[in-house]
Amino acid sequence: MKIWIFAEAEGDAPSTATLELCTKARELADTVECVYAGSNADALAGPLGEYGVTTLYAADVGDRLVGVVGAAAIAALVDEHRPDIILFAQTYDGRDAIARLSARLDRPVLTNGSSLTVDGDTVKVGTAIFGGNTLVDAVFEGPKPYLAAIRPKSFSAEPAGGGAAAVVPVSGLELGRAGEATVLARHVEEREGPKLEEASIVVSGGRGLGSAEAYEQLVEPLAKLLGGASGASRAIVDAGWVPYSKQVGQTGKTVKPKVYIALGISGATQHMVGMKGSDHIIAVNKDGEAPIFSVADLGIVGDVHKVVPKLLEALQARG
Amino acid sequence: MNVVVCVKQIPDPAVPGELNPDHTLKREGKLILDESDSYGVEMALQLRDAAGEGEVILVSMVPNQEVSGLRQALAMGADRAILVSDDALHGADALTTAKVLARCVERAGAVDLVLAATESTDGYTGTVPAQIAELLGWPSLTFAKHVELADGKAQIQRQTEAGYDDVVAPLPAVVSVTAGVVEPRYPSFKGIMAAKNKPVDQVTTADLGLGPDDLAPRQRIVNVAAAPARQAGEKIEDDGTAHERIVAFLEELKVV
Repeated sequence: MKIWIFAEAEGDAPSTATLELCTKARELADTVECVYAGSNADALAGPLGEYGVTTLYAADVGDRLVGVVGAAAIAALVDEHRPDIILFAQTYDGRDAIARLSARLDRPVLTNGSSLTVDGDTVKVGTAIFGGNTLVDAVFEGPKPYLAAIRPKSFSAEPAGGGAAAVVPVSGLELGRAGEATVLARHVEEREGPKLEEASIVVSGGRGLGSAEAYEQLVEPLAKLLGGASGASRAIVDAGWVPYSKQVGQTGKTVKPKVYIALGISGATQHMVGMKGSDHIIAVNKDGEAPIFSVADLGIVGDVHKVVPKLLEALQARG
Repeated sequence: MNVVVCVKQIPDPAVPGELNPDHTLKREGKLILDESDSYGVEMALQLRDAAGEGEVILVSMVPNQEVSGLRQALAMGADRAILVSDDALHGADALTTAKVLARCVERAGAVDLVLAATESTDGYTGTVPAQIAELLGWPSLTFAKHVELADGKAQIQRQTEAGYDDVVAPLPAVVSVTAGVVEPRYPSFKGIMAAKNKPVDQVTTADLGLGPDDLAPRQRIVNVAAAPARQAGEKIEDDGTAHERIVAFLEELKVV
């Protein structure tokens, strides 16, 4: 069994989601290799090697889209190297890459995976549907390679202690008109405190806050006071109160903090998928019937505008 | 400016979803326009109107003859629709969907731009827009939170894990838009009346030149189970002291 992973970088290091996939793949396959589209592949070779990756196929991306170059690189290599499974993280670039590759190789995809099992030639991907109420297992049929995208945080990332992966440059890729899309500029949205996906405490706000000002006055100070990160429901991201990078849920980030505090969030299925795995959930909402209370360890039926200022005061008083 | 919008008619998400015995999603009864698609429809209308010429053409597929969701988008102002309605599409996966919709784009005539939501609300595989682009041999600009057209090019703000990128591509291209990219209009009474008479080109997969081999599902659901339910814990009404309970809870967890 040979598993390939579409590796993504965060700065000059492999992304956490990539390392999670490497850890899982190591458990299932004899050979784990990565394909990477980006710059500075040499910097990734060491950390990936520690997670069991032996070879890193690397294509330079320049100002092209990572997903486009990644799919073209994999397509150029599969016939020769014949991986059984190719895994992608369920990220923006991961989704671009798996989609392009799927059409190019004429292979179906399973996405939004939260589990992956291999039994002989049967490869099974588990997905949570209906807001995480129902788990569905699906298997691939037809010819390999099988293409699956897995949600970040589905597996833990644990190093195995191996030497650096061998870097094999890939060039001369056929991008076709897809390669005519170019990146003009990259914008990083400023963030204070820990990353949303990695914070041990997440404080999120929803429509019940009533305004963007309330987010700034209630959600952000509480997150800061607790040393956590601030998140948001899709409703207030769509409303333009906070940037997309704060969105928790099906279309946003998956978080599994020690404590998740939901302020003025009703608990639409879209949101619950992204936070149900938290160790402990605290919810404050005016509507006692809100679905969020069905998953909350501590539910406060009350007005966030009354409860949170007092909470901030009490926490500040403790120093 | 001819813009194709991929739209999906889905069961009302407010009603709890159900699966058929063969593990496919139940789609009987009235289907509505996926709210995620209303953003693409609105954007297409704005682009057509800004150009002062051209058409907004909806493409959609369903396993039955359902058109009520399409009529919603026609009532917003789209000009016409191509609807692929075919029993052979029951249980179709994302790549099959993309193959069908790509053929619809070709059938639509001279097209400058294809718009789609980043994913549907019910199935949310999230790959169809880029799959369509690959099948058409076009560039794709995905996860757009802002779109501008000028000089035969589309430029978007593409959402990223850390923020956003400015990305540009020459037309024709496929653009997937996030919710909130524009404010969808409500259909007017006049629009609703006009929608009844707008052309809906109902075709089968055979009309599109797709055979059983193109459509055969290559993945199979083998198990469906209820997720381990998370137990609701303590629930209290705020009597003015609920914040104290939160502090105590955080203390128990040793995070303060």
